[in-house]
Amino acid sequence: MRFVNADVVIIGGGGAGLRAAIAAAEADPSLHVALVSKIYPMRSHTVAAEGGAAGVASENDSLENHFRDTVSGGDWLCDQDAVDLFVKEAPGVLRELEHWGCPWSRQADGRVAVRPFGGMKIERTWYAADKSGFHILHTLFQTSLKYDAIHRYDEYYVVDLLVADGRCMGCVAIELKTGETVVFAAPSVVMATGGAGRAFPFTTNAGTNTGDGIAMAYRAGVPLKDMEFVQYHPTGLPGKGILITEGARGEGGILVNRDGYRYLQDYNLGPPDPWPRKKAMELGPRDRLSQAFWHEQQKGRTVDHPAGQVVLLDVRHLGEKKINERLPFVRELARIYAAVDPVHEPIPVRPVVHYTMGGIDTDIDAASPVTGLYAAGECACVSINGANRLGSNSLTELLVFGRIAGHNAATARAEHPDEASARELAETAMSRVQRLLDTDPGEESVAGLRDELNGYMEECAGIYRDQERLDQACEGIAGLRERYGKLGLTDKSCVFNTELAYALELGSMLEIGEALVHAARMRRESRGAHQRLDFTERNDDEFLVHSMASFRGDGPPEITRKPVTITRWEPAERVYGGTSDD
Amino acid sequence: MTERRIQLEVQRYRPETDSEPTWESYDVPAMEDWVVLDALNYVKDHLDGTLSYRWSCRMAVCGSCGVMVNGQPVLACKAFLRDYPETVRVEPLANLAVHRDLIGDMETFAARLPEVKPYLIPGEEPPEEDVFRQQPSELAVYRQFTMCINCLLCYSACPQVGLNENYLGPSILALAHRYNQDSRDGGRAEREEVTASEDGVWECTFVGECSEVCPKGVDPAGAIQQMKLASSMDWITRPLKRGGKS
Repeated sequence: MRFVNADVVIIGGGGAGLRAAIAAAEADPSLHVALVSKIYPMRSHTVAAEGGAAGVASENDSLENHFRDTVSGGDWLCDQDAVDLFVKEAPGVLRELEHWGCPWSRQADGRVAVRPFGGMKIERTWYAADKSGFHILHTLFQTSLKYDAIHRYDEYYVVDLLVADGRCMGCVAIELKTGETVVFAAPSVVMATGGAGRAFPFTTNAGTNTGDGIAMAYRAGVPLKDMEFVQYHPTGLPGKGILITEGARGEGGILVNRDGYRYLQDYNLGPPDPWPRKKAMELGPRDRLSQAFWHEQQKGRTVDHPAGQVVLLDVRHLGEKKINERLPFVRELARIYAAVDPVHEPIPVRPVVHYTMGGIDTDIDAASPVTGLYAAGECACVSINGANRLGSNSLTELLVFGRIAGHNAATARAEHPDEASARELAETAMSRVQRLLDTDPGEESVAGLRDELNGYMEECAGIYRDQERLDQACEGIAGLRERYGKLGLTDKSCVFNTELAYALELGSMLEIGEALVHAARMRRESRGAHQRLDFTERNDDEFLVHSMASFRGDGPPEITRKPVTITRWEPAERVYGGTSDD
Repeated sequence: MTERRIQLEVQRYRPETDSEPTWESYDVPAMEDWVVLDALNYVKDHLDGTLSYRWSCRMAVCGSCGVMVNGQPVLACKAFLRDYPETVRVEPLANLAVHRDLIGDMETFAARLPEVKPYLIPGEEPPEEDVFRQQPSELAVYRQFTMCINCLLCYSACPQVGLNENYLGPSILALAHRYNQDSRDGGRAEREEVTASEDGVWECTFVGECSEVCPKGVDPAGAIQQMKLASSMDWITRPLKRGGKS
């Protein structure tokens, strides 16, 4: 067992983790900042974000506008103190990326260009063509190379946090190349491991988005907040689930059903102007658009496609020049993975699991209830996203709260943990790994259990839910967790034992999936991305609260409630389309 | 219609038990929309849990899944089975040390990358509460070199990488060039200390394979030629600039 004595440990090397690492290094260059990730940082899923990052950029816009769009977009489940901080910090973190070389797309006068996005009243989404996440991630990664304080531990799979008496003192990991156990001890830990979309079978998420960090924090005693809120992005390619950016609609793309009809006008999103008006039609919020698809499918108005039912995203009227300039990646992806050239044909799309709104409970200092543990990015729930995240808020969120987490972790000035205690906690945590390695393969397999979990999530926790199916999922996933206890591996080796890594990821997804369906069962209302066929209205009297899922070992989670922070905008009806005041 | 099937021949190497690489053959379905990565995942899930390889985004942007397929470096997530014959041979990327099965060494690349300072070294202080101005035409000068996903297909295609293990290689040099060409940057002279050294651009013999295999349309060979030219010009004009800003 190797021992690394660090000052700050950051788990996850995507956008939030890298931004946190840079902030920690800038706060105190003498620190040992350990950036630990199961993959190389540039492989992280921030890389796949396309459309852009929101931040007020023009004189006709205001922080108040961004605040109101975000709070109403989240169906009033956002914590308003967090949203205020977020919109205030947003322009600064985006300018900072520009100063670090991010190749943002430009206006003719050399200033950064912005585009309209769903649910946003004014165009404020900064973009780098349609590879914004890719460029943000690579800019952060390359910039991180400047800092001697940042020590990277690439391809180390973190197994668990080390927590005793309500204080976090590091984590324990497996170096994938050797199989060696490594203890990272530090007074501060930042969790930045991204979302858990892979609990679902049909998702835009990378294979690595298995929610490890969310599950680690959960096991360590941090409640998971609002896990029932899962975002379906309305436009993924059928079959593979590859993302086609909302930027395509921001640039003027339209959605039509099998009759060539812009069906969104039937769902309180009209009128169908030739040029999409803000916060209407194709520029409505993602939850409403994905729900509209579901209804179109019920009505038999979707299009048959070999890989399932779809609607059509049409950008042909933008013309080849504009498509090549603003949406080159969309064109590339559609040609490769759907055999369609968007210059000449509409793109087949359908809703696809995209974003985990819930996550590790944090406050506006990015701190969790466990002392010394911070979290930022998609794994955290601070919550600026509430019941439905607006497109292009998440890239900004990982910058704003990644920076805060890294800075606070670096300046907390807590004592270093005792090596013997850290080692002892690590031994205990690793017994879970040892059991998997010691158990001979039997009836259960990683792929088999994963497929069953995927089935429950899709069947019972999709765009529309009800009591009966959520009951089924709660019971079913409990059964899967029990069977997981008997899982044995065929691979007993040390070097890059990916079967072991997949098994640990599966364990995370089972725990998260269970928390998700229990939270969804508790919430007997419809709000944002959580829609119940048996409780079709928002119910502020009972459910203007965060759900909090607490880990209870082998049993089901305990679900409690926490008040939503409402500072200055009382809940109101959420209106889009022509009847909206905005 | 009967389902098409292929023989997926995969190079295996488990350092704890194998003294050298061996081949293993798997009979797998080949759906119309399947890529090589789908076939590998099928093996992992249904036939052999011990097969190890890297993958993540499955949309050709994270750069994880570079492998040799029938002798050519490709991204496994972008190589469709329908474009290959009945036998598909998968090996780790050439020119990289192999840790296990299809997993090649990334550490050397990661360790060498910082040498060329692949980050913005601002030519002047950034404006306060504002951004640098950059015309679309200035962005266009370096934009294609920002597209590198660090997948290392170019390292596996480059004959010089195979001959000189100290050569910085196409991707790292192209990234240095990316910043040199950025109108906001003033760090070219610092980078040239490394890029114009004996393990830098002059090692390149302009075979051009790197640009041929790049899955993102980056032209590292072009970048390297431009850097050679710039470096020569710097050398020629050096006395004229003495005392001025270099």
